[in-house]
Amino acid sequence: MTTRAFLITGARLADGRTTDIRIEAGRVTELGAGLDARGAETIDASGLIALPGLVDLHTHLREPGYEQSETVLTGTRAAAAGGFTTVFAMANTSPVADTAGVVEQELALGEAAGYARVQPIGAVTVGLQGERLAELGAMARSRAAVRVFSDDGFCVSDSRLMRRALEYVKTVDGVIAQHAQDPALTVGAQMNEGTVSAELGLTGWPAVAEESIIARDVLLAEHVGARLHVCHLSTAGSVEVLRWAKARGAQVTAEVTPHHLLLTEELVRGYDPRYKVNPPLRRQEDVDALRLAVADGTIDIVATDHAPHPVEAKECEWPAAANGMVGLESALSVVQATLVDPGHVGWSDVARILSEAPARIGRITGQGEPIAVGSTAEITLYDPSPVRPFGTDRLRGQAVNSPFIGTELPGRVVWTFHDGYPTLADGELREPDDIAAELVRA
Amino acid sequence: MRHLLSTRSLDRDAAVRLLDIAEDMADTQTREVRKLPTLRGKTVVNLFFEDSTRTRMSFEAAAKRLSADVINFSAKGSSVSKGESLKDTAQTLQAIGADAVVIRHSASGAPQTLADSGWIQAGVLNAGDGTHEHPTQALLDAFTMRRRRHGAASRGRDLDGFRVTIVGDVLHSRVARSNVWLLSTLGAEVTLVGPPTLMPLGTAAWPATIGYDLDAAVDAGPDALMMLRIQAERMNDAYFPNAREYSRLWGLDDRRLSRLPGRSIVMHPGPMNRGLEISARAADDPRSSVLEQVANGVSVRMAALYLLLSGAGEDPTS
Ligand SMILES: [Zn+2]
Repeated sequence: MTTRAFLITGARLADGRTTDIRIEAGRVTELGAGLDARGAETIDASGLIALPGLVDLHTHLREPGYEQSETVLTGTRAAAAGGFTTVFAMANTSPVADTAGVVEQELALGEAAGYARVQPIGAVTVGLQGERLAELGAMARSRAAVRVFSDDGFCVSDSRLMRRALEYVKTVDGVIAQHAQDPALTVGAQMNEGTVSAELGLTGWPAVAEESIIARDVLLAEHVGARLHVCHLSTAGSVEVLRWAKARGAQVTAEVTPHHLLLTEELVRGYDPRYKVNPPLRRQEDVDALRLAVADGTIDIVATDHAPHPVEAKECEWPAAANGMVGLESALSVVQATLVDPGHVGWSDVARILSEAPARIGRITGQGEPIAVGSTAEITLYDPSPVRPFGTDRLRGQAVNSPFIGTELPGRVVWTFHDGYPTLADGELREPDDIAAELVRA
Repeated sequence: MRHLLSTRSLDRDAAVRLLDIAEDMADTQTREVRKLPTLRGKTVVNLFFEDSTRTRMSFEAAAKRLSADVINFSAKGSSVSKGESLKDTAQTLQAIGADAVVIRHSASGAPQTLADSGWIQAGVLNAGDGTHEHPTQALLDAFTMRRRRHGAASRGRDLDGFRVTIVGDVLHSRVARSNVWLLSTLGAEVTLVGPPTLMPLGTAAWPATIGYDLDAAVDAGPDALMMLRIQAERMNDAYFPNAREYSRLWGLDDRRLSRLPGRSIVMHPGPMNRGLEISARAADDPRSSVLEQVANGVSVRMAALYLLLSGAGEDPTS
């Protein structure tokens, strides 16, 4: 928290109202037209949309262990550049985040960096091995207060273990975030199974490998009365299963990534590993179904699955390349392009799917609150008007494996306020020293 | 032609032209002095990340008969097997001054990656990538079919109305894929036969008819019956119960051979599993073109190297 005061003038809130916003000591202290600028730094936000700071439920920060790809500092800088004030850090680090010690270390790294809140996700099983439960209770009771548990990267495929995990985290109101991929159906899988894989001679990743796991998991969650979250849902069939599960009243939520809302398997034809991701890019029919599912609320949130990789992991033949794409810096623009501009959702829905709902699913407070007097000063100011090719200049993390380079995308994040201070100011990321000064001032 | 990466990207005229040049090349191979000066001073690298002595020998013979310098780079036991990347290897070949790279790789798409990368300026010739394509194999198969059908009058002709049945593990076969595209481009009717487990999903748009019954396919009297090599290990992945059952249902045995019309060609890309997908009698039958295919392979690869490496327009055989 900072002692600085800011007056944001003429911003448009998600609900369409235009207002000034006064921020003081980490809180929103006043809303309304023509507010007094006394003692505050003034920011002209006319033409900008003020959203509650974005919350990403699915980020790979890579530290500890894979610092050649990303660190907590570089990853949260990317987050700030993309308008995010919280990132949930996936557990597939080295060591794996499967103990209280590792999640507390992750939390501390985030606090020290100061660009965004880093909320650790704990592994479901020891070492992501899918054999024994990790110390879920200890992680939940640690200073990191873990509520989301995931073996992401791997599926908790053993039905009995998945049932136990779902049951066990009920004690802490936790949720299991499942990477739904039947491993037996996806041995050596390289891309979506269908017409393109048949032609390219790449081993297929069938939609049924995702859909069958989701179907099993929603039934398990319903059976034991536990919360399930489905990571990166990617097929039209998965949408149908989810819609059915929600109609039955299962406690299930789901996310879709920006890339699955925009890109299709056709891009794989050139064997460019920038388009290699897990789950893979699917068909246009799937993209269409995913967009509609966000629009009707079947899919609850958009999460990036930001997955940074060093250049050499993508500068190679397709099967040797790593899965994953960076997504924090482009997420809001892709959401505008795929959901807002075509009329599927409005800006209040954007606030819900990129901030309020992910914070609620992850059971964190002080994030994802509608901008109101007394709410925490977690605010993203976004200019939806410019349309231009997305370039590497927009990337602020360590990695450049974005599938959107060269794609015309609308919008630009102009300011990001985290805990009452700007992490992104007038389109420029603030320097680590300046952020450190904000932390000291608190 | 800048690269030869697939047959899918070849149009009819380009394919016929390549086959015609291969005819010219084949003619020169009956001369007393078979070596042509066409590619003197050019360097062809055979970059083989996967063992294939027969394909490498065929390319080597083709390049040498055109007087190119040939460097064989086998990835096994080299720096590549110690983790050197395709990029580093490509840049090394660029520094050596390779004019063409003939690449065989277990990864589908590796030749395309090499061609698109900017790591190397050389023309790239796909000698088989993963389960994607093997364009020169399909070209030599088409060449063989055209010669059997039209003999000395082959030049300028395609395979209009020719009926080809390809049998076996289509899912894992780059030969089948390259043949489906090329043969249909040349006007042939293609039928694929094999166990459903070894047919790719998503072939509805392929220019081919798919069936599972080899007896029906034999009785339909195809002009060519191409038997694909089956790897016995596939049974461990539950693609079929065992070799015996595979052979009984999808092998060209003596009984099926006897029902095949006299004009049918029996083809196999080699190496053959005699007694599994093809009986010894079928392999050695006069209808079998297995050895012709090997000989034609050299002519077709000479044509491909010529198109990649020399300016168009001049007579390749003078
Ligand atoms: Zn995942």
